Amino acid sequence: MTHFPAVLLFALFASVVFGITQRETPRQMIRYGIYCFVLFVGSAIALSWVMFFIAR
Amino acid sequence: MRYSQKGMATTPNNSAAAQEVSQQGFVYLPLIAGWLVPGAGHFLLRKWGRGSLLAASVLGMFVTGLVLQGKLYSGAHDILDILGLAGDLGNGLLYVVSRVFGLGADLVQVTTADWGTRFIVVAGLLNVIAAVDAHNLRTGRKS
Repeated sequence: MTHFPAVLLFALFASVVFGITQRETPRQMIRYGIYCFVLFVGSAIALSWVMFFIAR
Repeated sequence: MRYSQKGMATTPNNSAAAQEVSQQGFVYLPLIAGWLVPGAGHFLLRKWGRGSLLAASVLGMFVTGLVLQGKLYSGAHDILDILGLAGDLGNGLLYVVSRVFGLGADLVQVTTADWGTRFIVVAGLLNVIAAVDAHNLRTGRKS
């Protein structure tokens, strides 16, 4: 397994738990879960590019 | 101890029902069951969908950690080991069974094993969050 699939799996599992535990209604849970997933993956990609340019 | 539900997204009927439920049986049972077996706290409260998703997520993260040859912390030699062990213990019986069967790597020798170790620790932390959520459902703080 490479780094990116690991990030996707991590984001998926954590987002499901965050969504269910931090919101009240199913609709809010789904929205918050998607929000967390996007933030997890987006921040990982952004930080990766930052580290790429720092290392050059 | 009673908590005010003013401002929470609960209707009077939900609050009354939740309070009624909270007066029956051992109030910490969903918390303990949810810690020992991922999702069990929600199953006890008949929240089948939420329980299944939580169980799948915690179990999936834990198994992914083992597949990546992550390490299961067994002792506390320094502060980082203590924190790692605390996270691992959050997995409840998953941790105990894995230790009994000798699963998990003893030493982190490849890069993916380091990720695996983090997956196992985070699975434990997520399981604790899920167990606390079951407790909140049980006491009526959440609907």
